[in-house]
Amino acid sequence: MNIEAIREQFPILHQDINGHRLVYLDSAASSQKPRSVIDAVTRYYELDNANVHRGVHTLGSRATDAYEGAREKVRAFINAASAQEIIFTRGTTTALNIVASSYAREVCGEGDEIVLTPMEHHSNLIPWQQVAKATGATLKYIPLQPDGSIRIEDAEATITDRTKIVSVVYVSNVLGVVNPVKEIAAIAHKHGAKMVVDGAQSTPHKRVDVRDLDCDFYAFSGHKMCAPTGIGALYGKKELLERMEPVEFGGEMIDHVDLYESTWKELPYKFEGGTPIIAGAVGLGAAIDFLQEIGMDEIERHEHALTAYAYKRMSEIDGLTIYGPAHDRAGLITFNLDDVHPHDVATVLDTRGIAIRAGHHCAQPLMRWLNVSATARASFYIYNTEEDVERLVDALGHAKEFFGYAIG
Amino acid sequence: MQLDDLYRRVIMDHYKNPRNRGTLEEDAVTVNLNNPTCGDRIQLQLQVEDGVVKQAKFTGEGCSISMSSASMMTEAVKDRTLAEALAMAEKFSAFIKGEDVEFDENEDIEALSGVSKFPARIKCATLAWNALRKGVEQQS
Repeated sequence: MNIEAIREQFPILHQDINGHRLVYLDSAASSQKPRSVIDAVTRYYELDNANVHRGVHTLGSRATDAYEGAREKVRAFINAASAQEIIFTRGTTTALNIVASSYAREVCGEGDEIVLTPMEHHSNLIPWQQVAKATGATLKYIPLQPDGSIRIEDAEATITDRTKIVSVVYVSNVLGVVNPVKEIAAIAHKHGAKMVVDGAQSTPHKRVDVRDLDCDFYAFSGHKMCAPTGIGALYGKKELLERMEPVEFGGEMIDHVDLYESTWKELPYKFEGGTPIIAGAVGLGAAIDFLQEIGMDEIERHEHALTAYAYKRMSEIDGLTIYGPAHDRAGLITFNLDDVHPHDVATVLDTRGIAIRAGHHCAQPLMRWLNVSATARASFYIYNTEEDVERLVDALGHAKEFFGYAIG
Repeated sequence: MQLDDLYRRVIMDHYKNPRNRGTLEEDAVTVNLNNPTCGDRIQLQLQVEDGVVKQAKFTGEGCSISMSSASMMTEAVKDRTLAEALAMAEKFSAFIKGEDVEFDENEDIEALSGVSKFPARIKCATLAWNALRKGVEQQS
């Protein structure tokens, strides 16, 4: 894979920030967008824009075709059985909230269990806390190993016949751990529970097959995988989605409306009340085309090699702690420099044109488990190179030196 | 952007040798405040007698900017009336955004003027001052 050719397609990368060539190492927060995605959204607005599923006119048909075409691309991308199982949402958070608000509140009651892990992003934690409060269900956590990974036997011990839902992140946005969600799904099913997978950090970086995982729900965001912000999707098994009540009511999602009673459209439309995120879906479709042209396996290989390289180079820095497992990690490295707060690290890096994330990464319970208040995180994508890693390592050395000197 | 504009010597001194770090007796006014976007947190305690801040102490975790700002603030409010402390907090929020105000009550604080050029760090500097504002409101 030719990184230079890929980098060429991302206009934003070709600029100086604070006098240095931009090194973007914050794709786990939000990825950059290739020209093809930007153009697809522009072209949609310039040529095809209209509302969907209602117009008799030509633009209405074109917009509908573009929107439904994107849905089919998402279906194929994650290998769902039917496009009816793909609900467009604002992103992972909205998708998980649909499962929590509709499915979980229906099936959970006093004494039932919802099983999570301590590494969940707030978006896969707080919706379940709310379900537990509303229904009397209990939250349980599969414990973490010292390196942040999960053991199957601990999942087996945590999930019981009282478990109704197991919801686990596929790839941790902090630890870079890749969780055995397929195996956990099998355990959940043995106990009659449903398996929800937070795919925010996995979908952009690796091949995902929801039927192979045999998960019941799978949520992801477009903006972390080269698509615009404001679009994502919820996959759900058809028989479950069919049983579920919508969470938003209004136009677009109805079948028959009376003054006192209404009925809902068939899947997936009953979950897409109001005018949908049409241009966003078009952008997501273009992003999927872009990623598939490179190949998801190729993307995973590149990131794996780059992360291993970064892990090795960063391990050589005295006083730098890396969190999470040493091997088999996804494309991000979360770390701290002794005696320099992550915000200060991030500011020093920013003055050298390097963008990283600093803070709690929307995972406060995990920060407490790590016994830190915040961390710094460098995350990689298809457009990052070993040269980017060298710039990072060099700037971290500078941060150490600057703070060593400044603090004295 | 130059790092030295932000991390002046005075700031690093307060970060390394924080003034008034610790806790006060039980009857002190106590405020706990987080910065939910980044994980910084502070506990500020004020010992108030006859409407005057006799002593201010803090504990917490955060970056050099948030902790040095807290250290400076606890020095600046000492022996000020609650009304003066509140006015100082108001003035600080204008000052830190780069508005044209002099902070002559305390010369160390002037060293934080560079923060205004780093918009992402303004919220770090204001955490302790927001805690002060809450503490004064609690007391009055």
